Amino acid sequence: MTTENMKEEIRQYILTEFLPGEKAANLRDDTPLRTSGILDSVATLRLVTFVEERFGIQVEAHEASVENFDSINSISAFIESKKTGAS
Amino acid sequence: MSILHLCNYLEASASRFPERQAAIDPDGAALTYSELNDRANRVAGFLVDRGVRAGDRVGLVLPKNIHALTILFGVMKARAAYVPVDWSSPADRIRTILSDCQVSAVFVDSRRFDVADVSDTVIVLDQNLDEARNPSELKSFPWETVVAHAPYSADVEARHSDDLAYILYTSGSTGIPKGVMLSHRNAVSYVDWCTEVFQPTEFDRFSSHAPFHFDLSILDIYVPIKHGARVDLIPDELGKSPRELASFIAANKITVWYSTPAILSLLAEFGQLNKFDYSALRIVLFAGEVFPVKQLRKLTTKWPSPAYYNLYGPTETNVCTYAPIPLPIPESRNEPYPIGWACSHCKALVLDPDKQPVSQGEEGLLYISGPSVFSGYWARPSETAAVFIEREGVPWYNTGDVVREDPADGFIYVGRRDRMVKRRGYRIELGEVESALYRHPAILEAAVISSPHPELGVRIICYIAAQEISRPSIVDMRTFCNDHLPAYMNPDVFIFVDSLPRTSTNKINYQALIQMFNSA
Repeated sequence: MTTENMKEEIRQYILTEFLPGEKAANLRDDTPLRTSGILDSVATLRLVTFVEERFGIQVEAHEASVENFDSINSISAFIESKKTGAS
Repeated sequence: MSILHLCNYLEASASRFPERQAAIDPDGAALTYSELNDRANRVAGFLVDRGVRAGDRVGLVLPKNIHALTILFGVMKARAAYVPVDWSSPADRIRTILSDCQVSAVFVDSRRFDVADVSDTVIVLDQNLDEARNPSELKSFPWETVVAHAPYSADVEARHSDDLAYILYTSGSTGIPKGVMLSHRNAVSYVDWCTEVFQPTEFDRFSSHAPFHFDLSILDIYVPIKHGARVDLIPDELGKSPRELASFIAANKITVWYSTPAILSLLAEFGQLNKFDYSALRIVLFAGEVFPVKQLRKLTTKWPSPAYYNLYGPTETNVCTYAPIPLPIPESRNEPYPIGWACSHCKALVLDPDKQPVSQGEEGLLYISGPSVFSGYWARPSETAAVFIEREGVPWYNTGDVVREDPADGFIYVGRRDRMVKRRGYRIELGEVESALYRHPAILEAAVISSPHPELGVRIICYIAAQEISRPSIVDMRTFCNDHLPAYMNPDVFIFVDSLPRTSTNKINYQALIQMFNSA
C-alpha cells in the first residue's frame, strides 16, 4: 500500500466517524487532530483500534500520543515506522 | 454536638496513623498522614498571612497531584472554600468562574499563567517558574515558599458545620456556569453514609479518578482520608488511557474504584483486563450517567469478584440514591439498572407538575431533602429559589430528573424535561453550547439538540445557519468549539442549514430539528 493510499483510508475513517458531513478537502494531511479538538481521548482510542486492525500493527499505550496521532501525516509516518521496525 | 468539618477527618487520621501513606501520585511521590496534615497547615498559614479569611474563596487551576490535594485541605483549614476548575478549559471559561465567585487567591500551574490575572495572590506550582511567562505586575509566589511557611494553628472551636467547603461549577443554561455551594455539613453527611455502606478500613486503597472539579471526587478524597486509607491520585492523561489504567489498578492493588461508566466501558473494551490480577478490588462504584447494560455485563464478566453499586445524585445533593447490582447480569437483561432507593441520610419524593405526590409507578420529578443537599448557587438567589420547594417545613431540591418508583427495585431513571444532558458523567446545558456557537462571527443562528447513541451514550448535534460567503468548515467549527468550551461539551455533529425551523410564536422549533435529525 502506498503512503497516499494509507493517508486516504485514515482520512475517510476520520471523516466518517468523527466529522460527518465534512468535505475531504477540509481535512488536510497536516490538520491538527488532537490539539484542535477533532479527536478527543475516546475518539483517539477508536482511531488507534482502527489503525491496528486495518494496518496490522500493535500500538503500545505510550505510542498513542499526541506526537504520533496529531495529524494524518504523523499517523502515516508512525504506521510506516512500525512496519519497518517489525520487518 | 460535634462539629462536622472535613479537616477533622484529616487531623484525626494524622493522629491515629501518622506514618501511613495518605496519598500517592503514579510516579510514587507520596505523603504520609502526618506530612499531609503538616503541609496543609502551612498552606493555611500562608493564605491567612496573605489576608484570606473565613468564607473567602480560593481557586485551583491545577492538574491533580499530591500538592493539589494538600491545597484543598490548606484552603479549608483557613476556613475558606476551594473552587477547583478544569485546568485545561479555555481561559475565558476559567476567568468567568473565578471572577464570578471573586477568589481572593488562586493556585495555578505555570502553564496557565494566562488566567492568573483573576487574583492579586497567585501561587504558582511548577518547577519551571523562570521559564514561565510571569507577568511582572502579578504578585506571584512559588509553591516552595508556601510549604515553607509557618504552620497555621487552626482554632478548631471556630469551625462551623455550615462553613462553605467548596464550590463546584456546573454548566449553566444561559451560557455562564453556575457555582454549586456545598458546606462541610453537606459533605460530611455524605461521607458518613459511605462509611456505613462501604465499610472502609485503613487498609483500603481508593482510586481518585474524577478531577477535583467533578463531584465524584468528594467520595474519592474524603472517605479514604476519614479512615486512614490511601488515595491513589490518577491524573487526567492516565485517567483517559484504558490500557495504562488497567495495569495501574492491578499494580497498585486498588480496593475501591469509583468513576463514571464511560471509563469503565473503555476498560472493559480496551483494557485487556484478563492480563492482570484484580483480586484486591472489592468495590466498584459508578455514577454520573446511565451504564449501558451490554457494557456493564462485559465489565462484570471480566471483573466478577467486586461488589458493584450504581450511585445517583446531582452535584447539588451529593449521592442521594443507590442500588447494589446483583451479579451475574442475566443475558436477557437489556434495560439499565435502577438508581435504587434513597440513602439513609436523604429523603426522596416523586411529585407531579402540581407538586403533588404521584401514585406508585407513575412518572414524576424526583425531589430530595436531607443534610447533604446544597444551600444554593453562588450569587444566584432567583435560580436557587427556583429549584427548591418547601414541604413539611423542610426544603426539597428539584433534581429535574424524571423517575418512577418500582416496588422491588426503587427509583428508575426515565429522563429529563429540560435541555440538560449528561455526557461522560458531566452535565451539559445545551444552551451553553449555543452561547459558545454564537460567539463565532460567521454564525447567524445556532440550535443544539442531543440524540441517543448506542456507544457514545448521547451525541450533541448543532444546527447552524451561517453567512454563505464565510461559512466555516466543520473542522473550523470543531476547533472553534475546542477554544471556547471544555472538551466534554465539544459537539459531535455540525449541520449547516439555510435557516432554523420556527414555531408559530417564532421560537426555534427544537422538536422539528429532532425529527429532522432522526429521519436523516
